[in-house]
Amino acid sequence: MIKFIIFLSSFLVFAFGSANADPKKVGFIYIGPPGDHGWTYMHDVGRKYMESQLGDSITSTYIENVPENADAVRAIRKLADSGHDLIFTTSFNYMDQTHEVAKDFPDIKFEHATGYMQADNVATYSARFYEGRMIEGHIAGHMSKTGTIGYIASFPIPEVVRGINAFYLAAAKINPDIKMKIIWVFTWYDPGKEADAANTLINQGADIIVQHTDTYAPCQAAQKAGVYAFGQASNQEAFCPDAHLTSIEDIWGPYYAERAKAVVDGTWSSGDTWDGMDKGMVVMSPYNNKLMPASLIQEAVNMEVGIKDGTLHPFTGPIYNQAGELVVPEGEVAPDGMLLGMNFYVQGIDGEVPQ
Amino acid sequence: MSVDLILGILQIVLIATTPLVFAGIGELVTEKSGVLNLGVEGMMLVGAVTAFVTLVITGSYFFAFFISLLSGVIMSGLFAVLVLFLMSNQIATGLALTIFGIGLSSMLGKEYIGTPIDGLSPWFFVIFSFVIVFLVSYFFYKTKMGLILRAVGESHNSAHALGYSVIKIRFLSILFGGSMCALAGSYISICYAPMWQEGMTAGRGWIALALVVFATWKPERVLIGAYIFGGVTILQMNLQALGLRFPGQFFSMAPYLATIVVLVLISSNKLRIKLSAPASLTLPFYKGR
Repeated sequence: MIKFIIFLSSFLVFAFGSANADPKKVGFIYIGPPGDHGWTYMHDVGRKYMESQLGDSITSTYIENVPENADAVRAIRKLADSGHDLIFTTSFNYMDQTHEVAKDFPDIKFEHATGYMQADNVATYSARFYEGRMIEGHIAGHMSKTGTIGYIASFPIPEVVRGINAFYLAAAKINPDIKMKIIWVFTWYDPGKEADAANTLINQGADIIVQHTDTYAPCQAAQKAGVYAFGQASNQEAFCPDAHLTSIEDIWGPYYAERAKAVVDGTWSSGDTWDGMDKGMVVMSPYNNKLMPASLIQEAVNMEVGIKDGTLHPFTGPIYNQAGELVVPEGEVAPDGMLLGMNFYVQGIDGEVPQ
Repeated sequence: MSVDLILGILQIVLIATTPLVFAGIGELVTEKSGVLNLGVEGMMLVGAVTAFVTLVITGSYFFAFFISLLSGVIMSGLFAVLVLFLMSNQIATGLALTIFGIGLSSMLGKEYIGTPIDGLSPWFFVIFSFVIVFLVSYFFYKTKMGLILRAVGESHNSAHALGYSVIKIRFLSILFGGSMCALAGSYISICYAPMWQEGMTAGRGWIALALVVFATWKPERVLIGAYIFGGVTILQMNLQALGLRFPGQFFSMAPYLATIVVLVLISSNKLRIKLSAPASLTLPFYKGR
């Protein structure tokens, strides 16, 4: 009986597998819902862009609200089992789960967002969000009257720590006395908690709210309290027009289209992609000209140009860590390796990175 | 610390804790009648989305809360019919209700994600949450109806033998629980974080369930438990923002840890369980047996 079932199933796999060879199936694992107007939303925008570019040669599906635990293995495996050719896992803490499933499916291509571990069939990709953080920091240095910045951080991973440091370095260049108040909320997605954190920071004197979480609740809280805020992942101006200075937008579409095309053409290979403003993966939302002076907007635009042509780098030495040790010498820029593993605050930031 | 700072912290704690109080006290009444409804999270989400959508369509806060309460009554009514008349397992049905609520709320709210609304001031609801806890406590311990409700939860057969309608009392308790959960949800989507986002209650329904156990089924302790939870959460945020070095992860986990400790404490002694948990909790009631 068992032999018969194996025979039958292999027959079915063969029959339907070959019948479904085209179009290629592309799957996505989302940490939140596509409607968060933040991180997941922008991945979904990217997915739709990919579909529009590649037309009938691919189909795509996604699984939303996948927690960063053993459930992720099940979700990724579900996509792998259902004949997907390319699977994007779009959050840092899917790393182990992605590799666990990828080992069992050597013919399926995996792409893990913001990770640092590659394999023959696992590529990684991320965007240099810290370039946008530098511009935000510069703006904050000029716009903050209390000299206190409130920063809502999610999880103590290098991507988030890097953003904090890039922001602070740029802000401290304008106002050396600027103070960073950082709250780690240990979630990407909880509108209530994000609002609590924003209100706590405002209560402690912050007049600019920066967030590295996924919903527009902090920006809304800032609007209500009459302070400024930077949005996250997508343009959030509509939700807090009187607070919103700018947002860092993540533009994934062209990358997704390129990688899916490579799978269709059979030219996909593993690798690590880390693009920034120069490739259009990181874009600043329109600067709010009702709140910011024209000269400051011009400075921000100039910084974008500098970052794009490589003359400006957020981590240009001298940079010291909290212990006062020189980590990036004068005239040099931090190597990607240091940025990818960044788990320390630079000198001038109070507190310590939670371990 | 200045007075302003402390007052500010107090405000944030009050605003953040209120939904836990509503959902917790609703679930407490349901459990006191001997029914465990694990659908709190689902009912909160449906309450949140119906309030939000109604507000967007009609522009009336009154209608928003009215429709939201109605949704809570319908959701919990569905649960009540299943567990009271069709004798389905309470735990499985409650979990199904949460899963159903998550899906239903996503579907209802699909078109409304990211619609900006004007939030409502939370203060009326904050005060109301204290009033409702007082009323429930008064009802339980000072009125005959409250005594009957507790009797149904302790021993439905005895209550039945005395001539009380077990089914009717449980039905009403479940509906009250459902409408309180919906109120908690609508408070979140209209006052606390005025927006609709899928799954925006972010596990508060489960915390409310844990609170009832933590409170050993006593109304005023639900209030205390909720404020310990809310207070710890906001306090650790304040300590972080002040730049103090301490483990934030621990404080994020502390309320759950406290619930487990209380569970261990009350179940270490059989008598203590008997004194606190309603004896007929989760037991189905078959008329005429």
